[in-house]
Amino acid sequence: MKEFTQKRAPIYEALKNYRSNRVVRFDVPGHKGGRGNKELTDFLGEKCLLIDVNSMKPLDNLSHPVSVIREAEIIASQAFKAQNAFFIVNGTSAAVQAMIMSVCKSEEKIIMPRNVHKSAINALIISGAIPVYVNPGVNKNLGISLGMSIVDIKDAIKKNRDAKAIFVNNPTYYGVCSNLREIVNIAHENNMVVLVDEAHGTHFYFGEDMPISAMEANADMAAVSMHKTGGSLTQSSFLLCGKNVNPDYVRQIINLTQTTSASYLLLVSLDLARKNLSLNGREIFKKTVELSNYAREEINNLGGYKAFSKEIIDGDTVFDFDITKLSVNTRDIGLTGIEVYDILRDEYNIQIEFGDIGNILAIISAGDRILEIERLISSLSEIKRLYSKDKTGMLESEYINPEVVLSPKEAFYSSKRAIPLENSLGEISSEFVMAYPPGIPILAPGERITKDVLDYIFYAKEKGSFLTGTQDLNIENINIVEGF
Amino acid sequence: MELWYTEEHTENVRFSIKVNKVLYSGQSEFQRIDVLESDEFGKFLTLDGLMMLTEKDEFIYHDMIVHVPMATNPNIRKVLVIGGGDGGTVRELVRYITIEKIDMVEIDKMVVDVCRKYIPQTACRLDDPRVSLHYEDGLKYVRSKYNEYDLIIVDSTDPFGPGEGLFTKEFYGNCYNALKEDGILVNQHESPYYSYYINSMKRAHHRIKEFFPIAKVYQAHIPTYPSGYWLFGFASKRYDPIKDLDDKIWNGLGMKTSYYNTELHKGAFAIPNYVKELLEYE
Repeated sequence: MKEFTQKRAPIYEALKNYRSNRVVRFDVPGHKGGRGNKELTDFLGEKCLLIDVNSMKPLDNLSHPVSVIREAEIIASQAFKAQNAFFIVNGTSAAVQAMIMSVCKSEEKIIMPRNVHKSAINALIISGAIPVYVNPGVNKNLGISLGMSIVDIKDAIKKNRDAKAIFVNNPTYYGVCSNLREIVNIAHENNMVVLVDEAHGTHFYFGEDMPISAMEANADMAAVSMHKTGGSLTQSSFLLCGKNVNPDYVRQIINLTQTTSASYLLLVSLDLARKNLSLNGREIFKKTVELSNYAREEINNLGGYKAFSKEIIDGDTVFDFDITKLSVNTRDIGLTGIEVYDILRDEYNIQIEFGDIGNILAIISAGDRILEIERLISSLSEIKRLYSKDKTGMLESEYINPEVVLSPKEAFYSSKRAIPLENSLGEISSEFVMAYPPGIPILAPGERITKDVLDYIFYAKEKGSFLTGTQDLNIENINIVEGF
Repeated sequence: MELWYTEEHTENVRFSIKVNKVLYSGQSEFQRIDVLESDEFGKFLTLDGLMMLTEKDEFIYHDMIVHVPMATNPNIRKVLVIGGGDGGTVRELVRYITIEKIDMVEIDKMVVDVCRKYIPQTACRLDDPRVSLHYEDGLKYVRSKYNEYDLIIVDSTDPFGPGEGLFTKEFYGNCYNALKEDGILVNQHESPYYSYYINSMKRAHHRIKEFFPIAKVYQAHIPTYPSGYWLFGFASKRYDPIKDLDDKIWNGLGMKTSYYNTELHKGAFAIPNYVKELLEYE
């Protein structure tokens, strides 16, 4: 085997070699290096199409890696200080699902906060695992859910000694971090594994003075969304494993659902993004933090906006804060985050990550420049000047404590019928309702439809939130479980 | 040996000038800066390879961006120039003894330094005591100003580089805010001819119109810019550039200009039908 250093990128090297060999193609894909689809080739570029290839001996096979992909995995695992790293091409959702399915079989319990991404609850539907929800703390002023408190986790463990795992969002979309090291200690003392949805925490592994990463905190598995802040292509991700995890079993679990035609565009993007972050990550994230801090300061100077940061740290539900995130509370100008999000896009041509009922979130990353930051700040200044209004009547809190009646799997596969949302009070939902992004369910399968839930859904709809999850694309009808 | 400078005005159209020598070539934090010397146009400045000015025809641009608003409102006292690192706009402004204060906000200090050294024809008056130079993003500078200026001149590059923020709705909104209630905004408004520029031109006009009750465009013939035909925007909270023009006052100043005169001032607002149509529809 060759030398494993972070300067290498084995998949990239193999693809370059493959391209220069000008191999005659009698395999899939049928576009044959782009010749078979001229319009697509003109649009994406020939270089790109030439490496859109299938698995083959010199390029290895993602589902059974023995050469260049294996080497790339080893180098990636070293970059993340993990025991093993898997390249994931079905999105971080697939990584989250593989984590849960690797440790929970049907009817086994998993402790998790309710404000997880829908991919985690989807994994429960597929695997039949039973969620034990821990109420994440809520910051009333900001209307955002926080991390899990240690006391609540201990309590959940005490009541569910048979739980197999604890699932942690770290950081949350807004940048809130839990006390990961302590959670890992408690979990391991109780023979539970810790799974971390680290979708928004790629930079924790490469930047300086960042919150602790899952692998450093000795967590067992972590799903790292390299494409979010790490610079790889959309849909590419890493699944990391610690030392007590059997990687061969994890690979089998991944292979249950992951494509057998892994895209080399995605794979090489992971390989090169990892290389770039290993070699330049400190510089890159230093700049990211500078831009983010600058934007926060300027936005707070505008008045009416609250761009929050480390001051919300409370040692428990906000154990640490990821300052690369630019989360801004907009309620004091009388606008929901959803409204500001829409105005920014429609009037100012600025696309931010999402807006919820009280906040907006802008992703700041390696690709940003001060020029765009200035545009964002100036636009927010204008939105305040032109659109601000009285804030009375705005909906308050974000977190709604769910009443779980059935497991997600049971509810999802039960016999059900569609009824209008407004008539659904008191019924058990068999499907999701969520705003996307962030993709955190307002209602998940198996939960009772309460007045709070309906109020929230109608309010979010009225404010222009993009709701998803139900079979009915208009989100007017909802499938409820029959017989409850 | 022959040296030629070439700018691609479109993918299919090139504009070339024979060059005697390269006087300066450098890369700033924001862009590549070159000063070249030619027989036909004298010295000329390019940013990222795009023509900014030549010694031979810069008077047209600077006359039109300064004297049109100054003749419309002779009482202008306080002026903000966004961009304009070559100094030509300031050179024309300081000729008015009635102007008390000029803030020039240029993002790229290196452009100013290079022009001071190689193109004194435009940079010669930057040391006038009424002029304050600020090296920062114009969008940022104007954000914190309120009811302060009689005139804002946006002397920017094209909206495809560091100048992009100066063609945005947030910028025009902030300018509106920074102007006094009889304030005037004049901007370099791109060309209506080649399709590459048309969209920026139209968008700029519509965005300005959203804020200012009076928003018009006027034109000039600038040989070294793409298509040779260039527009400027005139926007104001109160003054109409033709109705409120008082020829006598401006002509009474006895200012010698090579391009601008008060008859041309009126004519410059008479724009061709195809441009009118472009401006009407978003």
